[in-house]
Amino acid sequence: MDELRPMRAEVGVIPNAVGSALFAAGKTIAIATVYGPRQLHPANKRKADRGIIRCMYNMLPFSVSDRARPGPSRRSKEIGFVTESALSAVADLSRFPGTVIDVQILIIQADAGTRCAGINAAAMALAHAGIVMKEMVSSVAIGKIDDKIVVDITKDEEDYSDGEGSTDIPFSITSNNEVVHLQLDGLIQTKRFKEAIEAAKVACEKILDVQTRALKGEIINENESKGVKKK
Amino acid sequence: MKISNINKKKIIELLKEGKRLDGRKPFDFREVTIEKGISNKAEGSARVKIGKTEVIVGVKMQTQEPYPDHQDEGTMMVSMEFSPASGERYELGPPRIDAIETARVIDRGIRESGFIDWKKLCIEEGEKVWSVMIDIYCINDDGNVLDAGALGAFTALKLAKFPVYDKKEETIKYDELSKDPLPLTENAPLTMTFYKIGDSLLFDPNRDEEDAADARLTLSISQPKKDKIINSMQKGGLVSMTADELNKIVEESEKVYNKLFPDIEKKIK
Repeated sequence: MDELRPMRAEVGVIPNAVGSALFAAGKTIAIATVYGPRQLHPANKRKADRGIIRCMYNMLPFSVSDRARPGPSRRSKEIGFVTESALSAVADLSRFPGTVIDVQILIIQADAGTRCAGINAAAMALAHAGIVMKEMVSSVAIGKIDDKIVVDITKDEEDYSDGEGSTDIPFSITSNNEVVHLQLDGLIQTKRFKEAIEAAKVACEKILDVQTRALKGEIINENESKGVKKK
Repeated sequence: MKISNINKKKIIELLKEGKRLDGRKPFDFREVTIEKGISNKAEGSARVKIGKTEVIVGVKMQTQEPYPDHQDEGTMMVSMEFSPASGERYELGPPRIDAIETARVIDRGIRESGFIDWKKLCIEEGEKVWSVMIDIYCINDDGNVLDAGALGAFTALKLAKFPVYDKKEETIKYDELSKDPLPLTENAPLTMTFYKIGDSLLFDPNRDEEDAADARLTLSISQPKKDKIINSMQKGGLVSMTADELNKIVEESEKVYNKLFPDIEKKIK
């Protein structure tokens, strides 16, 4: 119940980008790139005291069973926006006034938890790009399947409909244990919400370890029997 | 929008003493007024005011093909527009990300609570279902438009009646409303947004307070039986919240629910 799916993590997967990373949780795979900081156009959008992050979340048409229509949807705009907020809380943007950092997240295979995988990849890509981070951020979808709190839910679990059904609670938590992103869909008793936060904290610590090791140059693939190859 | 530093500083200082510029305590809300039925062309409509914030909401019903994965269920769509009428800061144009997010957060409160009985919106399985279109217009923004919009949507749904549907000709007679209300359940959602300014938390901000806020958390709560249920949540803003702050918000939201929800039910009746 508290077990995460096998993770994959690697930085530098897109050579052209200033920073890039791949993060996979089970069958969900996300790639993130970072370009910038660069001068923001139009000029009236610039912030005199800080840089801004502009994030596009893009679920590729072939990443899901029923082809997704290409281009931004209301869902993808919203996910891009909450990702922007989460990343802006941890990146030290005061160092780059007047600039924009562009983050692209591509979901190439989806099995639930895509926004979390995207945030994990994007945070790694930002750090890989050399952007100063006040804290690292890790993201996980806590679920409630019927009345049990579980960690890192899959699509099948997300679609579970017996008993109390399925609840999806994506959390993004910083390395100093603060919440920078939280959403919830489904139903959870108010008195059980604390359990969800605690489960998320524990899970995010494990993800943080994988992200940190990948940033140090390891290619992590927990699917492989031997586990880790050194670069 | 940017608030002057001096205003923000004052708001933060007062909140530390548990006070607000308009005399309220941190979790007090402004007066809520609800006007039922504001457009006779809509199947259900309402005007909601929270203090000086004002939204108008209409529900229109259409028929459409069901989604492939829900062949026997109706559908819903929520849209939100900050009309240029609602304040200096708003301009004409397609909905921006804040309007899209607001609409989606309101949508999820209604959808996830199971307030609408989707199966009863089915006309013919796999062929035709009702779709409930909820359009929310903010016409005066003095903060906390999200909660006002959600309340307006809730009210308009409660008031909505099906238009007459001619099964033979497969046409809708919009000018003849039937006596049948929408199939709603007991899982009535109340959407509440809490804000963090400095190290303090508050509810129902006015425009200045909302501009001063560093982060927010929206949650929808329903209480079909004894336990209160959280049906949706969304954090916003560029600043983090601690687990203690989140737990405090959940706790306060239950108190606000106990005060606000019975009052709303009374006003809609």
